[in-house]
Amino acid sequence: MLTAAHLTLTFFPGTVNERRALRDLSLHLEAGDFVTVIGSNGAGKSTLLNSLAGRYRADSGEIRVDGRDVARMSEHRRARYIGRVFQDPMAGTAPTLTIEQNLALALRRGRHRGLGRGLTAARRERFREELATLELGLEDRLTVQVGLLSGGQRQALSLLMAGFTQPRILLLDEHTAALDPQRAELVTALTERIVDRGRLTTLMVTHNMQQALRLGNRLVMMHEGRIVYEAGPEEKPGLTQEDLMAEFAKIKGAEFGDSALLG
Amino acid sequence: MVGAVELGVIYGVMALGVYLTFRVLNFADLTVDGSFTTGAGVGASMVLAGQDPALATLAGAGAGMLAGVITGLLHTKGGIDGLLSGILTMIALWSVNLRIMGKANLPLLRQDTLFTPLREAGILGTWTSVAVLAACVLLLGAAVVWFLSTDLGLSVQATGDNGPMVRSLGVSTDFTTILTLALSNGFVAACGALVAQYQGFADISMGIGLILVGLASVILGQALLGRRRVWQAVLAAVVGAVVYRLIIAAALAAGLDSTDVRAMTAILVVLALLLPRWGLLRRLPRLGRGGRVVQPPAVAPSAASPAGAAAAASAAPASDAKGA
Repeated sequence: MLTAAHLTLTFFPGTVNERRALRDLSLHLEAGDFVTVIGSNGAGKSTLLNSLAGRYRADSGEIRVDGRDVARMSEHRRARYIGRVFQDPMAGTAPTLTIEQNLALALRRGRHRGLGRGLTAARRERFREELATLELGLEDRLTVQVGLLSGGQRQALSLLMAGFTQPRILLLDEHTAALDPQRAELVTALTERIVDRGRLTTLMVTHNMQQALRLGNRLVMMHEGRIVYEAGPEEKPGLTQEDLMAEFAKIKGAEFGDSALLG
Repeated sequence: MVGAVELGVIYGVMALGVYLTFRVLNFADLTVDGSFTTGAGVGASMVLAGQDPALATLAGAGAGMLAGVITGLLHTKGGIDGLLSGILTMIALWSVNLRIMGKANLPLLRQDTLFTPLREAGILGTWTSVAVLAACVLLLGAAVVWFLSTDLGLSVQATGDNGPMVRSLGVSTDFTTILTLALSNGFVAACGALVAQYQGFADISMGIGLILVGLASVILGQALLGRRRVWQAVLAAVVGAVVYRLIIAAALAAGLDSTDVRAMTAILVVLALLLPRWGLLRRLPRLGRGGRVVQPPAVAPSAASPAGAAAAASAAPASDAKGA
């Protein structure tokens, strides 16, 4: 469903600030896969997501969605296949527009937007049904400005907007990191439900190891722009936090060894 | 008084344009200083060439749209800052406008204009003509409201609100930005053509400082009428244009010089921006910042899960993303 092959991306090449964010990274997701991505700060997790979504253009490498080469497509064209939820709850919705207007925008994902009415009775009915699945009572507040919702509500809405049109790929970028534990839990549960319901092929970046273990059928660990550890559908259910810590320690140890050698 | 209202209603067309960029797109577009004159110049030249005045006005609007497209291209494809893009087009238009007009002032003496029928009927400068003109301008306003409610219009609104988000939903914000700038400058240039016909001449300097007049109209009107709903905001822009003319007329009647108008306009804009922030207007029940909404009941009435109710129970602060 999603294939990334030999992705390389360097920020500020040729300067003192040069940073190789992705180094020959390859990743393949089968239809229905739900892959969680963990790694320390600066490992390239968000860069990977942004390269897949088209916000950054990879220097080299191939990105295929459903066999279609999208590597040179602009972000808004890729959006046809790719739904996203961002870390910042403010990022995924338009604050001065109403809930129903936001959903109407999401409904036309990747399709022609003409002079037809953005909100019709039929669409409102659909939105009400979709919102009801969130169990937040938002279905009765269609005309409320999104800016008035709490961070958790906005993130839940973003999740719905990213998922309800059945994109080929769903990208989640630490979408619970900015929420307090209770709301993070709520959004995590919603993520599970929305991904299940739409059988969405999902790639989720997270800082939270517990979340990475709980969600998804596969797990990858990134470090310095590479995938350094991968747990497939067979190993993942048995995986524990201690296992992951051990993997982390291995990388750190190797790094220490390298620098000791070089030093 | 009637004259000021009449002129205000005509300037309402420009206020609609400025509303589109300044409020909807969140883009202070200085192109209008140039495109207003472009519209006037094209309109006046065509009227003088014996063309139908309606056609001349439309052609003026078309020329304005082109100017908007150029600003849009500079900003989106060229990556030039929005303010600077507008200034570049505005400055360049001064030369272009002189080319169009041939000289700095084009009088329209004894020419047939769009206002000739009103003048011949003897109603120009009366409340009847104000009503006729207001009906036309409100019709345009209704068109703006309709446009903003379409799928395309929604994506235009969202572009000003949260650009990265609409891109992630598959909208080319370059396209929506250019489109909005074109529409906006089309309105402004149409207004220029109308004003030229109304006052009987086009002048190379008639657009100077116009952006402030537009901002004053939009901000004043929306401070008075609110802008929570699109129709409210659009109506407010037109009403604001009239209120602005009335304030200027009153100031001139009180003894200020016509050369003081620009400073007054600037002060008006500053006041209209600051007063609501200082809470002076907010105390009046229908005045104040219309952008605010009363917080709806926070707890969902339907059976929400405990976690859901907890999430709903805390109200986020009203978004102030668009500022005053």
